[in-house]
Amino acid sequence: MPPADPAKIARQFIEAIPFSKALSMSLDEIGDGRAVISMPYDAQLVGDPATGVIHGGAVSALMDTCGGAAVMSHPDMPIATATIDLRIDYMRAASPGQRIRTEASCYHVTRSVAFVRATAWDEDATRPVAAATGAFTFQRAKPKGGTP
Amino acid sequence: MKRHEPVQVVKTRRDALLARLIGTVPYIGFLGVTIDRRGDELTAVLPFNPKLVGNPALQALHGGATASFLEVTSIVELSWASLWADLEAGVIDPETDALPPLPKTIDFTVDYLRSGLPRDAYARARINRSGRRYASVHVEAWQDNRSRLFAQATGHFLMPPKDDSGNDSSD
Repeated sequence: MPPADPAKIARQFIEAIPFSKALSMSLDEIGDGRAVISMPYDAQLVGDPATGVIHGGAVSALMDTCGGAAVMSHPDMPIATATIDLRIDYMRAASPGQRIRTEASCYHVTRSVAFVRATAWDEDATRPVAAATGAFTFQRAKPKGGTP
Repeated sequence: MKRHEPVQVVKTRRDALLARLIGTVPYIGFLGVTIDRRGDELTAVLPFNPKLVGNPALQALHGGATASFLEVTSIVELSWASLWADLEAGVIDPETDALPPLPKTIDFTVDYLRSGLPRDAYARARINRSGRRYASVHVEAWQDNRSRLFAQATGHFLMPPKDDSGNDSSD
């Protein structure tokens, strides 16, 4: 492992993203094209006042961030990534009051695209609340002293 | 049938319902989304706020903020469209009647076309199909130029059951 701990750098990087910070996301695990990010329940994020359920958009922000983190941690070490598209299936309402946790993995990369799958759970790890699939850009560093 | 109600009465009624519809959802307030109305056409506005940034170096909007904005716009449009006829027919009182439950998102697919700049963003949703239970919505968002979308999305939603009292046999 290089002297700087890539996981620590990734954690600082993700926790410095303003919108992720506004949603109090925390990076729990990262490495090898896989990331786990979670977010506490927050009354400000409620999308349905009748039930107190968190808005789908907040869950989607969590899954998007987690997907991007998974891509950045890929062993091919991209220098940057951006979401091309992301589809989220909402399988059930997340229980009010519970933390939401997402795991994303970058299951395939090409020269310029990374394909990602993600799942989200509340505190009941047996029943996912949402699943996502997405494509992200995969920007590789230009080879040093590149061929003409 | 009322003919030619005073314009202010009409506007007050419509704006009261819209204000209640968006005022009750905490996440809409968290994002800072407001809605412009022209007749029944809604345009959602997401004023730029530094907390919405996803890439501090570029000051680009976070993809999750963009997705949230698009999903909020879709849900507001669906609720608004489903209430409009009753509102105009005088069946519901916009100030006092309980609002029906909000549609629930089944799936939502966001297409990021270009990065969101540190400026206000706008979005309009179009309901492509709205049945008794399921609705399909397309939503587009832009910033400076209406014709240069920075994101678009398609979503499917489960509509709240219409309580036409006891008329739910095939629901």
